Amino acid sequence: MQEENLIPANEFCLHHNIEVSFINSLQDYGLIEFTIIDDNPFIAASQLTELEKLLRLRYDLDINLEGIDVIIDLLKRLESMQEEMAILKNRLRLYETNE
Amino acid sequence: MEYIDYYKVLGLDKNASAEDIRKAYRKLARKLHPDLNPNDKEAHKKFQQVNEANEVLSDPEKRKKYDQYGKDWQHADQFEKMRQQQGRHQSTNRGETFSGDFGGDDFSDFFSSLFGGGGGSRARSRESKFRGQDFQAELYLSLRDAYTTHQKTITINGKNIRLTIPAGVENGQKIKLKGQGGAGVNGGPNGDLYITFQINDDAHFKRAGNDLYSTAEIDLYTAVLGGEATVDTFNGKVKLKLAPGTQNGTKVRLKGKGFPVYKQEGQFGDLYITYQVKIPVHLSEKEKQLFTELSKLK
Repeated sequence: MQEENLIPANEFCLHHNIEVSFINSLQDYGLIEFTIIDDNPFIAASQLTELEKLLRLRYDLDINLEGIDVIIDLLKRLESMQEEMAILKNRLRLYETNE
Repeated sequence: MEYIDYYKVLGLDKNASAEDIRKAYRKLARKLHPDLNPNDKEAHKKFQQVNEANEVLSDPEKRKKYDQYGKDWQHADQFEKMRQQQGRHQSTNRGETFSGDFGGDDFSDFFSSLFGGGGGSRARSRESKFRGQDFQAELYLSLRDAYTTHQKTITINGKNIRLTIPAGVENGQKIKLKGQGGAGVNGGPNGDLYITFQINDDAHFKRAGNDLYSTAEIDLYTAVLGGEATVDTFNGKVKLKLAPGTQNGTKVRLKGKGFPVYKQEGQFGDLYITYQVKIPVHLSEKEKQLFTELSKLK
């Protein structure tokens, strides 16, 4: 991974005005992954969207970590069901007339 | 422009206290928050209305203006002028609203005409300082368009974006264009642009994954005696040999004549052709006679 795609975890926390302990907990729950360089934790830019979503769940909706963990799991299932539904809808079109 | 009853949006009456507004808002926001309702446009729209209602009703000054001029918002500018002449300052306390981007214009025309602009300070500072907004867009393609890799220019928020659409995209498939969303703030990265493809049905071909399905009409004599039939494919016509005694509904597979496999150059699905035997109608006297003779042979 290119270094320019990594954001120092403490810089991210500073920008978002949150405690480092919060994102440490997210990592403990397996919700995000850190990249450690010289003992310093970094966040991959590709994880930013997901991480910002986790912050909104925590700070905007007041959901605790256990709740976030459950929600993320359910959202994954929901999205996979939505994908499956889209595939099935596409298959169904095969049997529908064009009128 | 439609008048929006912000009290109704939050399920409150006009005498609602600040605490009632806060509670109603939090309850609805939890239910409709876009993070909890992925790909649900209706929920996103309602969430924006709820956010907008809260933006107005949780700010005493805005609420006062809304209560006074809401139904008659055209006079809001006049009100504003008077207010400025009186040397009062608008409150900068915008109250509590939820952050994050959920796809473009967050505030209604009604809101903008009454209060000006959008609710720029909705996002908390931790949000707005870092990353630009993600944009969502839909792109409609014909099945033929989706068959070949091609370039298209689309306009998103006044900006022209040229993108290459790889052959084989699926109906409902979403792609991400990194950095093509809203501009980042304070040196933060740009947001991303998500494009969902909507592929229209084709009159002749049906698609299932990478395979295509089509029907071909063959005349009775070719079906009985065997022969050749010419069928359409996406890359031209193909001549097929028919065995004598081909039945109506017979399905044949043309390997590699289906749809291109997404991002796997040179790989294609199959094309399935179902034969439909055309029974002759409006027979001449001679034909009738010959068919009768044939039927007697059995």
